[in-house]
Amino acid sequence: MDFVLLIFLPIVAAIFVPFLFKRVKNIHTGWFVFFVPLVLFIYYLTFIKMTMNGQVATSELAWIPSLDIAFVSYIDGLSLLFSLLITGIGALVVLYSIFYLDKNREQLNNFYVYLLMFMTAMLGIVQSDHMITLYLFWELTSISSFLLIGYWYTRDASRFGALKSMMITVFGGLMLLGGFILLSIMGDTYSIRELIANAPSIIGHEYFTLALVLLLLGAFTKSAQFPFHIWLPDAMEAPTPVSAYLHSATMVKAGLYLVARFTPLFASSEVWIWLVTGIGLLTLFWGAFFAVKQTDLKAILAFSTVSQLGLIMSLLGASAVSYHVSGADSAIFKFAAFAAIFHLINHALFKGSLFMIAGIVDHETGTRDIRKLGGLMSVMPVSFTVAFIGSMSMAGLPPFSGFLSKEMFLQSMLALRHFELFNFGTWGIIFPVVAWIASVFTLIYSFYFVFKTFAGKRKAEPLPITPKETSFGMLISPVLLAIFVVVVFFIPNLIAKMLVKPAVVAMQTGLYTHPDDVDITVAAWHGLLEPELLMTIGIVGFGLVLFLTMARWQKLYNLQPDYLSINALYDSILVFGEGGMNRLSRFYMTGLIRTYLIYMFGFIVVITTATLFIKDAFVIDMSSFTPLNLYGVMTAIILILAVLMVILAKTRLAAIIALGAVGYSVALFFVIFKAPDLALTQLVIETVSVALFLLAFHHLPALKKHGETKGIRVGNLIVAAGVGITVTLVALSAHSQKLIPSISQYYKDTVFTEAAGGNIVNVILVDYRGFDTLFEIAVLSIAGIGVYSMIRLRLSRKGKSDEN
Amino acid sequence: MKTNDVILQTTTKVVFFIIFLFSIHIFFAGHFAPGGGFVGGLLTTCAIVLLLLAFDLKTVQKALPFNFMIIVAIGLLLALGTAAGSILFDVPFFTHAFADFDLPLFGVSSLHTAMIFDAGVYLVVVGASITMIQAIGGDS
Repeated sequence: MDFVLLIFLPIVAAIFVPFLFKRVKNIHTGWFVFFVPLVLFIYYLTFIKMTMNGQVATSELAWIPSLDIAFVSYIDGLSLLFSLLITGIGALVVLYSIFYLDKNREQLNNFYVYLLMFMTAMLGIVQSDHMITLYLFWELTSISSFLLIGYWYTRDASRFGALKSMMITVFGGLMLLGGFILLSIMGDTYSIRELIANAPSIIGHEYFTLALVLLLLGAFTKSAQFPFHIWLPDAMEAPTPVSAYLHSATMVKAGLYLVARFTPLFASSEVWIWLVTGIGLLTLFWGAFFAVKQTDLKAILAFSTVSQLGLIMSLLGASAVSYHVSGADSAIFKFAAFAAIFHLINHALFKGSLFMIAGIVDHETGTRDIRKLGGLMSVMPVSFTVAFIGSMSMAGLPPFSGFLSKEMFLQSMLALRHFELFNFGTWGIIFPVVAWIASVFTLIYSFYFVFKTFAGKRKAEPLPITPKETSFGMLISPVLLAIFVVVVFFIPNLIAKMLVKPAVVAMQTGLYTHPDDVDITVAAWHGLLEPELLMTIGIVGFGLVLFLTMARWQKLYNLQPDYLSINALYDSILVFGEGGMNRLSRFYMTGLIRTYLIYMFGFIVVITTATLFIKDAFVIDMSSFTPLNLYGVMTAIILILAVLMVILAKTRLAAIIALGAVGYSVALFFVIFKAPDLALTQLVIETVSVALFLLAFHHLPALKKHGETKGIRVGNLIVAAGVGITVTLVALSAHSQKLIPSISQYYKDTVFTEAAGGNIVNVILVDYRGFDTLFEIAVLSIAGIGVYSMIRLRLSRKGKSDEN
Repeated sequence: MKTNDVILQTTTKVVFFIIFLFSIHIFFAGHFAPGGGFVGGLLTTCAIVLLLLAFDLKTVQKALPFNFMIIVAIGLLLALGTAAGSILFDVPFFTHAFADFDLPLFGVSSLHTAMIFDAGVYLVVVGASITMIQAIGGDS
């Protein structure tokens, strides 16, 4: 089966969504949508057996063969893991959204169309082996994310957040495209697998580091790494199912996927290891530190997502180290890749459930402000339990899955002390220290999230809605996720065998050949005096102390002035960009057609004559000219007289009629030179435009000559003469020399045999150059609609001003 | 001042159909003789402009009760559909097909998908120009 087609299943299903929404009013549209990710999830499960044996599958769909562009679906451990996350979490999120979004009040048709579009885009990213199509899907996720964040488009904050995420991720997307193009130049292929296979020949290339940095810019913007993380908190304006799906479980992991996928190619680079690990750790700390400052439940989760993404990113960077060591020492560096993949799964599970809980709290109490919440434990026991499991997993405590991957993370960071190359000998100690501090804050915000919401006393001020436990349907998805969080803790090695190890093999090609070669066993208990455990104990101790004394030191955050934040920088760039561009365009956009015509004609004259001079193309050869005849001379005289009359006429009516005369005499020229098609068209055009002029005649203002100083008239004369002379010179030179043989003969030869026509002119229009005609009629339609709407717009505005 | 244009109006009633029929002829002549969708469309526009000059906008709208914007849309779809249709036959975008058919009344005629494309051009030209003319003429 061509499973590449399955990537498009969601977006094809999206076509039916609006009809179902309009026609089937009784059933929530989400129920239909639910089956799309569910079916895909079950189908992708069947691939697990294959990837467990270290095999891969590909399926190809040609798109533009002449440009070597194709949709290539490549399923190995890594892409399968992501596909399962996308469809699995996708199904749960759709299920959740059925109860979260009211079918009578919300525009579900929009919502599910965007969501399905996103699903296709995301599956496309993780399965594409072709860089150009990967880029296409990459941008499609940005667009669908933009649409979903702006789903409640009447809110200012939604539009602002949508635009911000779009600006930042599309900027990164363009950088990524640049990186891909450089890679395709270096490797002479668009296939990622072939690039990795040719890695040794690419590494020395002069573009190598540039491509690396561009690719990382793409990954960092998408995965909200410092300093591009600012879009993610603003993206929380999206409906909560979207936040749970796009902005914690899938889309923001696209950057991680990209880094993992390209690890075998770039791992040899010092820049790669430093950038990915360094930025990852910085983001980990930054996100964790500022999460404690937030008061909105979803904002806390947004910053924690930023932080956790940084954690996985730093692990991915650290995993590249194992390409530089060999022998007995290498064993301790191998944990990083495993931990990265493992934590990625765990994060998707616990963060998905936490977001859903935040949505439930919002839904049942009417607020997400943590300062107003408290003591919900007794009224919402199930939600509390789920939130507790998720938060403790996030904090890295047993018996939850986050504990396992957190320990491995600490282990990998500690291992970096032993790495000698690239100045790591001197600076390596920084990594475990920062990781430890960030983990303390992770613990604090996890406790902050769950206990400030659910524990303690109810606030005196009543909540907007009296809280109660939410409906059963809305709890299904978070409870399922929470169960997985616990289950994974007890069967980590089964998960490792099925999902993690195949993904590690796919990510670190060259180091392993078969998933069973990854000789890592996950264990909760490493021994009493192992440094990881001591670090964890320290984290819990310090974290608890800081959490309990939070009220005292939380004021520290107010010390940072607003104008020094990265958000302020983004805002000022936006303001400066818009204001600057506005001034720039006001400077040359005068609103006078005259000015614009001078720009255009002046440009044409300068460019054309300059090119003619530089290329020394002036050749005038009179030998092949058609001899003058009486008709031609007479028509020319009429033409010149008519033109003079247009310029000198005192009234507009006379000018219009003279203009008609100019057109008709040109048509006569076509007749004389035997071009019936042109003559016919010219005649009709002339008739229509003169008639149109007459029709609109009494709307036009009187032909005034005032305001035309002598300077302007001289300027007009120069431009007009310039255009006239240029066109004449081009015509004469073009006629006098033939660099390449005329195409006319080809048309003559093929017009009947190939196109079954007799009239070359028309066959050119509809067949040889059909594309031109297609676009011309498109332009004509746009012009028609433009004229219509501009006139209508002016009328309606006039109507409005009358009312005032 | 009330103008008396009985002569113009009476002539128009006849001439309109002559121009219109001629435009149809020109349209079909396209592939072998001078003509085609573009000129045909313009000629039809001419005929309608003549109506507009002889009568007023409202009368013409009553006589031709079409939304010309929708005609533009139909035309564009027709043109794009013809171009895209070739994909279904596994040939490159915009490949035209043609064959000779023995039709009743017309005899052996060469039929061509280019003609459908040209019909799209014709409709767009008529629709767009009349939309513009109506918009400009109606603005008072």
